[in-house]
Amino acid sequence: MATEAKAHELIVSVSPHVRGKETVGRIMWTVNLSLLPAFIAAVYYFGPRAAYVTGLCILTAVLSEHIYQVSLKKKTTIGDGSAFLTGLLLGLNLPASVPFYIPIIGAVIAIVITKLLFGGLGYNIFNPALIGRAFLLISFPKLMTIWTEPTARFVALDAKTTATPLGILKEGGLSQLMQVFGDKTELYMSLLTGNRAGSLGETSVIALLIGAAILLYRGYITWHIPVSFLATVGVLAWVFGGQSGFFTGDPVIHLISGGLILGAFFMATDYVTCPTIRKGQVIFGIGCGIITMLIRLKGGFPEGVMFAILLMNCFAPLIDRGVKSKLFGAVKEQKK
Amino acid sequence: MSKAATFERGIHPEYHKELAAGQSIVQAKLPQRVVIPVSQHIGAPATPSVNIGDEVKKGQVIGSTTAFVSSPVHSSISGKVIAIADFPSATGRMVQSIVIESDGKDEAVPFKEHPDYLNLPPEEIKAIIKDAGIVGMGGAAFPTSVKLSPPKEKPIDTVIINGAECEPYLTADHRLMVERPKEVVEGLKIIMKSLGVRQGYIGIEENKPDAIEAMRSAASGESNIEVRPLEIKYPQGAEKMLIKAINGREVPSKGLPMDVGVVVQNVGTALAVYEAVRYGKPLIERVVTVTGRGIRKPANMMVRIGTLMSEVVEQCGGLVEDAVKVIAGGPMMGFAQWTLDVPVVKGTSGILVLTKDEYVSSDEYSACIRCGSCIDVCPMGLNPSMLSILSEKGFFEETKEYNIFDCFECGSCAYVCPAKRPMVQLMRLAKSQIKP
Ligand code: SF4
Ligand code: SF4
Repeated sequence: MATEAKAHELIVSVSPHVRGKETVGRIMWTVNLSLLPAFIAAVYYFGPRAAYVTGLCILTAVLSEHIYQVSLKKKTTIGDGSAFLTGLLLGLNLPASVPFYIPIIGAVIAIVITKLLFGGLGYNIFNPALIGRAFLLISFPKLMTIWTEPTARFVALDAKTTATPLGILKEGGLSQLMQVFGDKTELYMSLLTGNRAGSLGETSVIALLIGAAILLYRGYITWHIPVSFLATVGVLAWVFGGQSGFFTGDPVIHLISGGLILGAFFMATDYVTCPTIRKGQVIFGIGCGIITMLIRLKGGFPEGVMFAILLMNCFAPLIDRGVKSKLFGAVKEQKK
Repeated sequence: MSKAATFERGIHPEYHKELAAGQSIVQAKLPQRVVIPVSQHIGAPATPSVNIGDEVKKGQVIGSTTAFVSSPVHSSISGKVIAIADFPSATGRMVQSIVIESDGKDEAVPFKEHPDYLNLPPEEIKAIIKDAGIVGMGGAAFPTSVKLSPPKEKPIDTVIINGAECEPYLTADHRLMVERPKEVVEGLKIIMKSLGVRQGYIGIEENKPDAIEAMRSAASGESNIEVRPLEIKYPQGAEKMLIKAINGREVPSKGLPMDVGVVVQNVGTALAVYEAVRYGKPLIERVVTVTGRGIRKPANMMVRIGTLMSEVVEQCGGLVEDAVKVIAGGPMMGFAQWTLDVPVVKGTSGILVLTKDEYVSSDEYSACIRCGSCIDVCPMGLNPSMLSILSEKGFFEETKEYNIFDCFECGSCAYVCPAKRPMVQLMRLAKSQIKP
């Protein structure tokens, strides 16, 4: 009777005995893929340099994770796609003109300091790519704010430098922005397609939204953070962003310029560094929106998305502790 | 038609019901010997009331009990008691069991019939159910007579028959509803009678349209019994989720269905109740779904309690080459077996055999990436991510703040976790280290 069982080495483990298909790798690689349209737009507008800068970031990120783990005799985790993603996001957050050492330094800071020293994926408090970028901005403020004009059609050789739309808005107001871009329709069009100065991957709103749609469709991100983030920015821009008093601002310009779309859909939604409970994510998004607009309108930088997300990263664990999802049967128990 | 009823959150696993759903229930061969544990239920074990060498008949009491939360056990065949000793059980523990060798005659003790079963007084119905050894047959095996005897301050107004069968692969209840719907309805009526309840429901997941139809027509003459289609979602068949779906009541945290005036009984239990009250037949056999890609010929079998799984598996063509895991019950909450030489008991709804490529190891799991998927699916509204991290780090006391004892180990969180974390294991670990 027992022969049948003996012939088969039976595995004993705790239930459940079936598992879903999702893996960390599958999620991370899908996010990488969803950034492909933005990457293509970057190369289209900023030329081969875009590929060079981003590629260098990815290569450094993946290599430094691998070397770190192998030298500590740990299992390498580069296969899960998260180091690749950090590199890609960092690259898309850099200007096209940076010299080669900038991506390398940024990626090492992002991977080694921000992620691995904290214990690896899952333990880091801050979004690695954003810390990398923040470090670079503070250490190399000049290099990090030389914005080349998008040239399109791969002729980036004698690209001129210029200011970003948000930079122009901060310095010269809406009227100067109009002068540069023509009329409002033209301005909106340039912002949507990505034909404007800025970090490599942040410029093309359309390309970013295609990627975001993929992630939303797959359920890898939910609406909570992007929508609350964007809505807060939109409302604040409308109320406080105008030059002729309250409620005269143009929310659209604020929504589709700078790094907001990239940040709201791809960086603020980073699992590890945002709250896990959906209600908490809405608080997180609103917080990101408020800080972003505070910096954009009152701060010393034209753009505040990066610092906003990093600051809110600190609060994510707190928000998680404060917000609880509703326990089944909880209401009735209190009534008793 | 109104939208199918359901609860909040939950998951949509792959069901694989097609493997066995079309197989009519077949009678398993009379076993050579049976191993009957004295404890197949929640509560006090029964005490053996026979000795080695005794001749016993089918239906004879071989383990009796005087405790309230307990259940007697009966011999499922006729033959001779050859051993009373500890044997491995499907839950992995060693349990005192009575081994009976068949004489091949399958002679039964006389059963006391009650043709006018609907006119019996409630107390007598409950006594018959208790003496027949009936326990919940969905898996938890809680003594049915206890559920039917709620304390006075908990008035019951609703009985729900659980035909959700939300565990993937399993089809035993499905087949019973298709093949014996009338008897299930009669069982429900008896249960309602014993509790003095007017409203009865039968909840069935929408992936069993033939069962819904069969039950509807069987209950068509009963104005106070309603068949409710349920959304296909795991764990729809968990008592609290089922009640929420059917009449919107929410069993309080740490409470029981009777706190909201409801008694839930499984389809198989309803049938057993009918057979016991109508024909005097104790619980000595049950339908077991033998299924999975690891089994050559999936089937739904009427199996005598105490039959070794190895015998049942053999009658279903045996295991395939790359079978790696045998589970008593369903894939979400069932118990993995290290040997096939364990008996089918009252709570064994299925024998599921998984093959190598269906098996997902949790040996190599990673840190929680805080994706929040587990929180989105936990039917109890818990934060499994936080619970698993606290348990992993040894902060067991802190898990109480996050209501660890509301976790009923449904496994939904583990199912969706992309980091393949051993969530249920971590929940159990924490629970074992602290007191509620
Ligand atoms: S096993 Fe527990 S924590 Fe996990 S989903 Fe089920 S009830 Fe929630
Ligand atoms: S599903 Fe797994 S990885 Fe995601 S939050 Fe829950 S425990 Fe963490």
